[in-house]
Amino acid sequence: MLVTILFYAFATILVAAGVGVITSRNPVHAALSLVLCFLTSAVLWMLIEAEFLAIVLVLVYVGAVMVLFLFVVMMLDIHVEELKAGFTRYAWLGWLVTGLVIAEIVGVVIQRRLGLDVTRGAAPLPPGYSNATELGTALFTRYAYAIELAAVLLLVAIIAAISLTLRRRRGLKLQDIPAQVAVRAEDRVRLVKMPSEPKP
Amino acid sequence: MITLGHMLTLSAVLFALSVAGIFINRRNVLLLLMCIELLLLSANFNFVAFSRYLGLVDGQVFVFFILTVAAAESAIGLAILVVLFRERRTINVEDLNTLRG
Repeated sequence: MLVTILFYAFATILVAAGVGVITSRNPVHAALSLVLCFLTSAVLWMLIEAEFLAIVLVLVYVGAVMVLFLFVVMMLDIHVEELKAGFTRYAWLGWLVTGLVIAEIVGVVIQRRLGLDVTRGAAPLPPGYSNATELGTALFTRYAYAIELAAVLLLVAIIAAISLTLRRRRGLKLQDIPAQVAVRAEDRVRLVKMPSEPKP
Repeated sequence: MITLGHMLTLSAVLFALSVAGIFINRRNVLLLLMCIELLLLSANFNFVAFSRYLGLVDGQVFVFFILTVAAAESAIGLAILVVLFRERRTINVEDLNTLRG
């Protein structure tokens, strides 16, 4: 009973934050609403006992991706009014698509039942069950090749992001480190032997 | 008790909201990227729900990979956005017509 009340409370917050993401005029508000979305999703995943992914969602999304989003939002100097000019023109189409998609998915779930009982709760987990252990076992045995591919994908993303935003500015006074290191004393200093002059 | 129907309905609502967001905010590239993140989150909801209710952990492994791909996608997308803004001083989709598409 308590779990159901919590589910409805957090689902309401999640949907409200989702509406906030798509309708807010200021990109900073949209990004903060998206942060709220991810946090409530993490709570909902914890409610259905997927604890590891809930924590990963908070760490990866709220901690990394959304900070990146906020950083970019604040770095770019965007004129919001100009971008929102056509807001009401296509809003009806957006809401129409929303209604249609919800009706279709819910209709399929309720009508066809997907070959299983959708009105049933999840089977209770055995005592001593660890979500992280189960996930780790699957990840590093059956999916070991896939996780290496994911690591390579992240490496590609790092290289792509850095090489895209790397900028060489013209007219900058920089040190040429290899040239400095390669300098030899005999190129710079010339010792000249001179006869000493007699005292006048 | 949270049933499978609860989770699927919530994920459908979230998915539909993000699709509507793509229609509404179709000028601002930044908000489009945020809507895509929301869309991937709703897909992850389905994976977690089915994984939990069918008692198979594989669905959660898939969520792990989707999170990886989404993080890579948003990093590259934001990098492209920064370069774009530096070159053109705008992120309005309608101004990005260099390729005459």
